[in-house]
Amino acid sequence: MARPEGAVALVTGASKGIGAAIAKALGADGWQVAVNYRSDDVGAKATVAAIEGSGGHAVALAGDVANGTPDKLFTDAEEQLGGPVLALVNNAGVRADNLAIQIDDEDWDAVLNTNLSAAFRLTRRSLKPMLKARYGRIVNVASVVGPRANAGQANYAAAKAGLIGLTKTISHEVARRGITVNAVAPGFIETDMTKDLLDDVVKAIPARRAGQPEEVAAAVRFLASDDAAYVTGTTLFVDGGMSA
Amino acid sequence: MATTITPEAVEKVVFDALPQFGADPSEVSREATFEDLDVDSLDLAELSQIIEDEFGVQLKGDDVGKIKTVGDAIDLVVSRAG
Repeated sequence: MARPEGAVALVTGASKGIGAAIAKALGADGWQVAVNYRSDDVGAKATVAAIEGSGGHAVALAGDVANGTPDKLFTDAEEQLGGPVLALVNNAGVRADNLAIQIDDEDWDAVLNTNLSAAFRLTRRSLKPMLKARYGRIVNVASVVGPRANAGQANYAAAKAGLIGLTKTISHEVARRGITVNAVAPGFIETDMTKDLLDDVVKAIPARRAGQPEEVAAAVRFLASDDAAYVTGTTLFVDGGMSA
Repeated sequence: MATTITPEAVEKVVFDALPQFGADPSEVSREATFEDLDVDSLDLAELSQIIEDEFGVQLKGDDVGKIKTVGDAIDLVVSRAG
């Protein structure tokens, strides 16, 4: 089935970095884009401007996915863009790195809440319009540190591994309704979130470089496209060979 | 936008919805079991969404697990509306 006319893609955490690149790639592919952000309204508006400047349609929607219900994000997106939300990219993520013995409950809860629980709540809400339309694309932005060890990130790794489990199970529940659920697992990507980590890590990457947000966005664009209708429950690694 | 909740109104919405999940319209009746109609848990979850949108009545996962016949579903919605 082809993507219905006027379909909206909601991308969380899309004011900068990977989220902004994803929003732009989806806009270029014809999705109307709801650019969610927590506090960086300048970045979010720049993302919207970039999409509209290239002939697309987008709106910026503030909201911390870690708090409250996602209803308002969905109703605002649908009202302002005039179409059903049929793609959800769970990209919003935070880090609070420490060795396990030093991660306090607050840092554990914050990372699990934003990176995993919020993704579940948004996914649950997104299934409403998607089931009605018999069409949907859910893409969870996981990480190589979901399936692979990375000392100092027990909370982040747990959340990202959880996201992969969530992806697989929900994909089975809704596959026959034309709704695909996949994950992308970026490796080390040059963004604000990784700028303090990169030099040490590049040596361990077979491609000998960090990735770019646009390279992750290209993978999400494919998974959200009509071409990927038979791809579901899978994790697409975008990591320069790190996990192979 | 809740429609007035009468057994007749609920029956109409449920009877109209079931064929979209593959149920044979000629087999839909209050006595029919969802199993006989080949309506599974995902179909019932969707039916719950339709009922919520139409009548404002929320059916939880546990509720849906207990209903066996079309009549059970109709009666549950009517009882929740009270």
